[in-house]
Amino acid sequence: MSELVDGLVPDPYAFDPTAPLRASGNLRRRQLVSRMLVLGAVAAAVIAVASLLLVTYGVASHGASALSFAFVFHNASGFAGGGIAAELVGTAAIVVVGALIAVPVGILIAIYLSEFAGPRSRLGQGVRVMLDLMQGLPTIIVGLFVFGLLVNHHHTSGFAGAVALSIVMLPLIARSSYEVLRLVPGGLRDAADALGVARWRSVLGVILPAALPGIVTGVILALARAAGETAPLLLCSDVFNAGQTTINVFGVGMPNIPILILESSEQASPQGLDRAWGAAFALLGLILLANIGARMLLARSRKRLGT
Amino acid sequence: MLQGLCVMAALLAAVALFGVVEQVVSGAEPAISRFGISFIWHTEWEPVFNRLGAGTALYGTAVCSLMALVIATPLGVAIGLYLSMLAPRRVARIVGPLVEMLAAVPSIVLGLWGLIVLAPYVQRHVEPFLHSLLGFLPIFGPPQTTGLSLFTAGLLVTFMVLPIISALSRDLFLTVPPELTDAAEALGATRWEVIRGVVLPTTISGVIAATVLGLGRALGEAIAVFFVVGDGAGIKASLFAPGMSVAARIANDFPGAITNIQVSALWYLALILLVIGFATSALARSVARRFDVGLVLGGVRG
Repeated sequence: MSELVDGLVPDPYAFDPTAPLRASGNLRRRQLVSRMLVLGAVAAAVIAVASLLLVTYGVASHGASALSFAFVFHNASGFAGGGIAAELVGTAAIVVVGALIAVPVGILIAIYLSEFAGPRSRLGQGVRVMLDLMQGLPTIIVGLFVFGLLVNHHHTSGFAGAVALSIVMLPLIARSSYEVLRLVPGGLRDAADALGVARWRSVLGVILPAALPGIVTGVILALARAAGETAPLLLCSDVFNAGQTTINVFGVGMPNIPILILESSEQASPQGLDRAWGAAFALLGLILLANIGARMLLARSRKRLGT
Repeated sequence: MLQGLCVMAALLAAVALFGVVEQVVSGAEPAISRFGISFIWHTEWEPVFNRLGAGTALYGTAVCSLMALVIATPLGVAIGLYLSMLAPRRVARIVGPLVEMLAAVPSIVLGLWGLIVLAPYVQRHVEPFLHSLLGFLPIFGPPQTTGLSLFTAGLLVTFMVLPIISALSRDLFLTVPPELTDAAEALGATRWEVIRGVVLPTTISGVIAATVLGLGRALGEAIAVFFVVGDGAGIKASLFAPGMSVAARIANDFPGAITNIQVSALWYLALILLVIGFATSALARSVARRFDVGLVLGGVRG
């Protein structure tokens, strides 16, 4: 944790710990204050966990009745009925194509930052700032960008959505991979260097394999994040021909779960709302499961790396 | 060879980022030349009459973000303290990921939940309560009929900001050298005195930077806000009145925008959002620089 990125050395002893620690002389009061504030912190944690549970429960209780075998594996039928198979396939296709772009680029950037750019490298600093800015881009603006790039004067497509999602995923993947690569023990690099192995070989043969589980974790988290992104798809992969299963990402529009939820919830019919809840439940379930799985994988690899 | 490939990947990302800026600026140009700088404070948004201004949306974004920060900062810091110093390890290992998973809930799901579950609850219980308690303040005006309001939108954004601030401040507090806290405890300081005297002062700039990063997330949120903000016109004193935010305006109007000038005005809104976003990011960086928290803060996963 204490390895420095920007070359700034914090001096932990610069601050004078005696100054604010003047005791009031009243131990009972001090301990009471302390206990109250600890209780406050516990309450805050309870609020956060409770809000996750409230949202999950709300979605589950509304969506469970809609969710069924047919709902997941059949296509839409009629005005607002039927399943969400086409949208599930569409979301998967968009996310996978987006990942095909973002994963290699993101990992290469991470390798550059951890293996080739020194901590004081100007270019490395610039790349870090750039990743920060990319991560801070509102997703709706990413959507606008891809709209102007690929959709305007052409047509909406799954590919446009995938490009937008790849811009959302890229900084997440680069950042998390970089952090994992930095955790790889320096001894491994030194050993490879001592054997006279070329840099690119030691990166591909030694360092990447050691960091792989952590990188996979970061990629899964980024995919889970992208799967629920709606704002870019609203502009890039909006659909009029919902309910037709297709994996042609270059076709006109591609049905996907977030847009389905958005449009069904605006239909103002009980059926549409049921569909929206069912799809929301499926989406949330998949994302939370992916999160849990990724974290378990990370915990296992951490144990193996001994950090 | 591999190094060249890596540099090319970084360049590709840079090109994408510059592409975004270039697109937004060029898209906004017609609106900038037509409405000028006064676009920023004009509150009207009437595409039919080509009377367009960002005032209402900017006000809505400011209110939602501010509300989210005012609620989420103390809560998030308290959660960070709990997870890093107070909770037993086994509890922290379960609660920590749960808090982070709140950030994984997609905004579309949160928006749907906000529309169907939260808004009616706020309208029926929270708004009357706050109005009767603090009604003398104009911001807590009489409850409206739907619960779709800047207040509900602010609450929803709080849910999105809270896990970011919590996770970041937890990681920050874990970097405080144990010698410092141990020393304070050895001097007889209580838990709270250790936190107030040692932990918070050594990490304060990081906490501020974490808050600013949370702000960045709050500013750009489009879909969840779009669901519950109620699409109101003009600036009202009461938080319980419907409003609009910049990002939600883009999401709401862009797919159906017809006239070129309306489309361009939406790009102009995007430009304003982009400038604010870059400014907050630079602010977070400069604050973080004063203390070596760049590494921890870099790990933000929104």
